[in-house]
Parts: sequence; C-alpha cells; structure tokens
Amino acid sequence: MADTTIHAPGHGTTTGLSNNKLAMWMFLGSECLLFGGLISTYMLYRGRHEGGPGPAQVFDIPLTSVSSFVLLMSSLTMVLAVNAAKAKDDRNTKLWLTVTALLGSLFVGGQVYEFTAFYKEGLGFTTSLFSSSFFTLTGFHGVHVSIGVMMLLALVAIISRGRITGDKAEAVEMIGLYWHFVDVVWVVIFTLVYLIPA
Amino acid sequence: MTTLELRSGDPSDSLVTPSAALGIFRRPLATTGWKSWVFTVDHKKLGIMYGAVAMFFFLLGGCEALLIRLQLAAPDNTVLSAGLYNEMFTMHATTMVFLFVMPMAAAFANYFLPLQVGARDVAFPRMNALGFWLFLFGGIFLNSSWVLGGAPDGGWFMYSPNSSALFSPSHGVDFWVLGLQITGIASLIGAINLIVTVINMRAPGMTLMRLPVFAWMQLVVQFLLLFAIPVITVALFLLSFQRNFGAAFFDVEQGADPLLWQHLFWIFGHPEVYILILPSFGIISEVIPTFARKPLFGYKFVVFSGAAIGFVGWGVWAHHMFASGLGPVSVAVFSVSTMLIAIPTGVKICNWTLTLWGGKLWFTTAMNFAIGTIVLFTIGGLSGVTHAAAPADTQQTDTYHIVAHFHYVIVGGAVMGLFAGFYYWWPKMFGKTLSERLGTWNFWLMFIGVNLTFGPMHILGMQGQPRRMVVWPDKLTGDGFFNLGFWNRVASVGSFTIATGVLLFVINVFRTARKTEKAPLDPWDARTLEWLTTSPPKEHNFDSIPTVHALDEFFHRKYEEVDAEGGSRLVKVKTAEEVQAELNAHPDEHMHLPSPSYWPILLAFSLPIITYGVIFNLMLSVFGAVILLLAAFGWVLEPSVAGHDEYDPPADSGDSTKELASVG
Repeated sequence: MADTTIHAPGHGTTTGLSNNKLAMWMFLGSECLLFGGLISTYMLYRGRHEGGPGPAQVFDIPLTSVSSFVLLMSSLTMVLAVNAAKAKDDRNTKLWLTVTALLGSLFVGGQVYEFTAFYKEGLGFTTSLFSSSFFTLTGFHGVHVSIGVMMLLALVAIISRGRITGDKAEAVEMIGLYWHFVDVVWVVIFTLVYLIPA
Repeated sequence: MTTLELRSGDPSDSLVTPSAALGIFRRPLATTGWKSWVFTVDHKKLGIMYGAVAMFFFLLGGCEALLIRLQLAAPDNTVLSAGLYNEMFTMHATTMVFLFVMPMAAAFANYFLPLQVGARDVAFPRMNALGFWLFLFGGIFLNSSWVLGGAPDGGWFMYSPNSSALFSPSHGVDFWVLGLQITGIASLIGAINLIVTVINMRAPGMTLMRLPVFAWMQLVVQFLLLFAIPVITVALFLLSFQRNFGAAFFDVEQGADPLLWQHLFWIFGHPEVYILILPSFGIISEVIPTFARKPLFGYKFVVFSGAAIGFVGWGVWAHHMFASGLGPVSVAVFSVSTMLIAIPTGVKICNWTLTLWGGKLWFTTAMNFAIGTIVLFTIGGLSGVTHAAAPADTQQTDTYHIVAHFHYVIVGGAVMGLFAGFYYWWPKMFGKTLSERLGTWNFWLMFIGVNLTFGPMHILGMQGQPRRMVVWPDKLTGDGFFNLGFWNRVASVGSFTIATGVLLFVINVFRTARKTEKAPLDPWDARTLEWLTTSPPKEHNFDSIPTVHALDEFFHRKYEEVDAEGGSRLVKVKTAEEVQAELNAHPDEHMHLPSPSYWPILLAFSLPIITYGVIFNLMLSVFGAVILLLAAFGWVLEPSVAGHDEYDPPADSGDSTKELASVG
C-alpha cells in the first residue's frame, strides 16, 4: 500500500501532504458513500419484518453498548500507538497496536455472538427485508473491522521483523485513520440502527 | 493488443535499471519483450495497454450494435432471437460504457496526466498496474458469460424485476454484477491514484490555474468516480445477495421497493454520464486552441463550468425516473436541477465556439473530430435539456427518442472527442503521425454515420417505437414521411457507415505502425507540457522537470510578444527542438523510477477466481481469497522504492545507463 516515489512523507509533494495520507483520505471519502448506501437501504427497510422478529424484539441494547464501548476504546489505544510510533518507541507501538487489535477482535466476537443469538431467535439473513438489510449493513462494518484487525496484526509482525519500508510512523498513522473511520461509522450505525426506535 | 508493437523503444533508452535485490522476490527486470509489458508499472505503457484493450472492446461492442441494427433492418426479422437480442443490447451498452469509453478515457488520463502536470509517473505506479489488470480481467470475466450459460439480458441499468432470478434465470446477471464489481475496483483505485497525482505531483510553478483543461476535466472525473463507484458497489452487492444468497432487496412480492435499485443505480448512473463526457471535453479543449492557434477563450470559465457540472451532476439523477411515480415535488426539483446543469454545459460550448472565432483554423483530422464533437454534442444536449420538462419526458421515456439523445451525446460527444485525442496525440505516443488522408475519410464517415443512425431515431421515438423492441411488424409501420420501416432502414445503413469509419481508423493504425517516417517533434505547434519531451517520451518523461511560468507553458517557451504596428504580436522565437535542448541542458540527478512488479497482475488475477467461485463453487472463492491475501502481503513487503545506491546500475551495464543513473 505504501507506494510512493518520494522518501519522507510529504517531502517534495506539491501540497506538502504525503501522497499516502492523501490517498487514504480519498479512500475514506469514498467509503462514506459505501456506508451511506448501506445505511439508506437499512433505514428504508427497517420497518419491513412481516413474518419475523423486528428490531424491538431482537436488539440487546446493553450488550451492544458494551461492545460499542470496546470499539470506542480501541480508538484511544490506536491514538496511543500512533503517538508511540511518532516518538520512535517500537515497544509501545507494538504494544498498543496489539491492544487495539485485541479490542477490535473483541468487538467482532461480540458481533458474532449477537448474530448467533439473533439467528436462534428466528432472525436469519433471508427472514425479512429488515433482517437482510441489518445483516448486510452490520456485516459490512464487521468485515471492515476484521480487515483492520488483520492490518494491525500484520503491522505488528512487520515492525517486529524490521521489514517496514518507508516511514514507520506514517504506516501506523494510515492504519489509524482507517481504524478511526470504521469507529466513527459504528457510532452512526449504533445510533441509527440500535438507539433510534423504528 | 495489436498496437503494443507500435511504440518504438530502443532497449538502450532505458535509463534506470531496476534493482534486482528488492523485497522477498527479485523484481522483474525485463525492459523488452512481453515481460516488460506484463509486469510494468510505467504509466505510459499502462496507458497504451488500457487503450489497446479498450479498442478491442470497442470493436466487440460495435459488432453487437451492428447485429442489433441488422435485426431491426427489416420487418419481422429473425437475425436474432428475442432472448439473444436482449443479451445483445445489454452487452452492447455495458461494453461501450464500462469497457470502452471509461477505460479509453483512463488510457488518456494515464498517459497524459503525469506528462501534463510535469511528473515522472503517477503517485502509485503499482496501483496503476493493478487497475489495468482488474479492468482487463473484469472485462474478460463479463464477456465469458457468452459461453458459460448466457450473457446478461436485463438492460444496462438492470432494473428490478428483470434482474431477478425469476425473470433472468441464467447466470448472465451474476456475471454482470460481479464483473462490474471488478471493473469498479479498477476505477476506484485509478481515481484515487490520479487525484493524488494531479494534486500532489505537479511540477514547480504548475498551479491549479495553470493546469491544462484536459487535466482539470480528468480531475473532476476522478472525483466523480471516487464518489459514484461506491454507490453502484452497494447496489451490486445487494443484487448479488438477492440472486446468490436468497435476500429480497428488490423483490416486490416480498414487500421490497423496486425504486431502491433505481435510486442507487442512477445516483451512480448520472455522475457516470459526466464521467463519460468530461474527458472528451478535456481533449477538445486541448485540440481546439491548438488548431485555432489562439488560447482557449475563457479558460477559467471552462474549468469552473466543468467543476460545476461535477457538482450539479449529483443532483439530477431522478430525471431518469420521471415515469416511475416519484411524486410532483421530486419531479419538479429534479426538472429544475436538470435545466440548471445545461448552463455550465452551454458555457463550455460558447467558449469553444469563441475560441474558434477569429482563429486561424487548421482543419486537421483531430480538429475535424473536435468540431464534430461540438456539433453532435450540442444536438444531443438540446434534446437532452428538453427531457428536463417532465411531461415531455414522460412521453418519451423508453422510446427511441431517448436512444437518439444519449447516442448523440455519447457517440457524437464522448467517442468523437476520443477520436480527436487519437489523432492529436498519436505522434506523441508513438512518434508517428496517423495518415490525415485516411483520417479525413474516417471522420466524415463517422460524422455522417452518426447522423444517419441516430438522427432518424428522433422520429422513430416521437412516433412511439419503444426502446429495446426486438421486431417491428410491417403492417404497423405507417406511411409517408413517418414510415417507421424506412427510418429503421436508414438507421441500419448509418450504423454500417460508422463501422466503415472505425474500420478505416484500424487500418490507419496498422499502416502507421509499418510506416518508418518519424513525426516531427511538435507537429501541431502545441501548447502544453507533454510536448516538451521526446516522442514517444522517455521512460522518465523529462530529463529535467520543467518549471512552469504560465498557462500553455510550452507555447510561451516558443513564442514571445514583440511590439508591432497596432499593438503587440506573438512571434515564434524558438523551435520545439531548441526549447527541449534548453530544458535538457541540465538533466536532473537521481531520478527515482518505480520498479516493475509481479504483484499487481497476481492480485488482480485472484478476483475473477473469487467471482467465478461465487457463481459456480464457493470453494473456488476461498482459493481465490487465499491468493488475494498472499498477494496483498507480497505487495506490502515489496519496497516500492529503492535507496539511492540501489538505483546505480552495475558497473558493466553499458555507458548510457550508468551515466544517466548518476547524472540524471
């Protein structure tokens, strides 16, 4: 991912911004529309659950609140990782990246548990328009978190092996940008899907 | 890939040898032969590859169009069965939009954006290669449906319920959905790459207001792609979940809203039409000033109206849905916004016309095509703006009148503009000029052909011939001027006229490839930065990155203002050769070029494996995903740039290479 024809981030570019970071921002801008489409679909269909349980019957707000808290805290540890990377502190960078990945995995685990519970209550992927759009939206988010966890763990491994190319702090920051974005999207999803009644 | 051999490139021209010792595998090293193309990350080679593949798909989509016109050339015709006819018009549109116009615009963007902004390559060369391979594999995947159970047959906007398994039981729609996902990824990473290139890799002094209009229009297009592609991605995912995993997103019988697909599709689809046309607007904004021999009239107006089209283009999508019962408020809002977007488009047409006004016009083939673009696009634009009036549009929706409108803007506007680009930039890309004599024939056949084919369709549509109709019975054609049979025959003759024109272009390309005569360095007395380097450009584009002082920098290096009677006058003081020699007198040191890489093609290759798996056997998808993951890690672990020392070639590698690696 870290393709660039220049050395230090932002050095020698027209705007002084790093190419990599600019590209990541562009990508995240594009992702906004992806989640925008999925959220719109869910909002259109959340009331359509004839023949199956609806949002009010299945959602376990306390449980999802806890996993949302876990995900929000992972943004804090991500900030600590970026901070450590900027201070060239490899040990703490790896530590906080690992903690972030663990918190992210915990969130994904919570989602797997939640999906299983819903399924047992009779809410399958094809049960109703509500269920299809719910699983699609939260599933897409879960996949984003999982990819983030993989990138975090890969980054820890690459830093440990000393195989990082280019600017280490920038690599950490880029994954940090992605991670915070996925986190912010969850805040929107949690509010719209779970907290505001259909 | 026929034009691949056209680029004359002496292997000893390769100035910087890529290091062999990077990453976990050796980087590919070939500078000649097929390996130098397959593993390349050079934006110019990738541009030519985009162009060659897009041209192939153009001919394929053209043959599909001819079959459609053959079927409609006679009453109660049986050239195509109804089912095959549905597949034909679906694939004709899909191929022309996604596999010809978009990638051909990407070909020009790839080749010329770095040159026009004064960069050595794009910001992310490996991503660039990945984009090309995804486009190629996506196109092949999509077209493989012809032999794997039937092509998609739901029309290019694939409305529900035509797209459902009930109405389209073959795998065609699955191929369509997944193939467009792959080409969508290609467009998205291309967009990110080119945006970063234009924003961040400009030569010193190249401010945004000195960017050539082509670069500006491409920048707008890339932003449109960046935000439009994810919307169609969502729609495609929903449709494939419906077809493959039993969800019911668009199934009316299960309470779904069929308008959801229409909204998602056209929120993508309307910006998409500007994605198709703006690159051509950019091309003719380069061609017209060059051959009118005066600067573009109102550069800032052209730039800002292009950007305005980009913005307003997001607020007009529902004019494709006036007949679907949106309600009076929505219809009124989208009517007004559609009328609004005609303003910046009209501004551009005025600017081009005023550039021609009083110019010393030089009617080369490129100029003919550019003027043809203005004329034909204006006709298409005028019929387009009448569709903003919802009552008229409700009558014309899904008739041949609409077919006439969008073919005038896409063939007459976008495609003619791309042909202007071929003739204008061919000497730059291949060092040889396309034959002007064949070019003149090419132009007139296409220009007359477009009018013959699509002009009568206005009449057909007004008389009520529905779009996508497979046969017309003789007894229903009417008589006199409005005889539908007559105008259908005229349209069919016209389509073969266009085909003859395109055939002449292909012949022109092959004859030019065999020609030994070199093109002059600056055959058109051009104005922008890409003409400041050799033809074809060297691997590193510029020996020395120019410092830009003005809009139309190259022109201002050749011409100076001198006082004369009745005011000052521009006089040519230097030839292109002299300007270039002056620039190259002090070549840059330590040019860093990206090394070729195996990973883009490998990573791209994993995607069709995954998508074939989705259709036939999910285990295949798992296998593809493993390749994807491995390729991603290989990619990350491969350093994209080497240190300074690694670029110094081995001592025994020949003089020119060594000299340039250390000096510039």
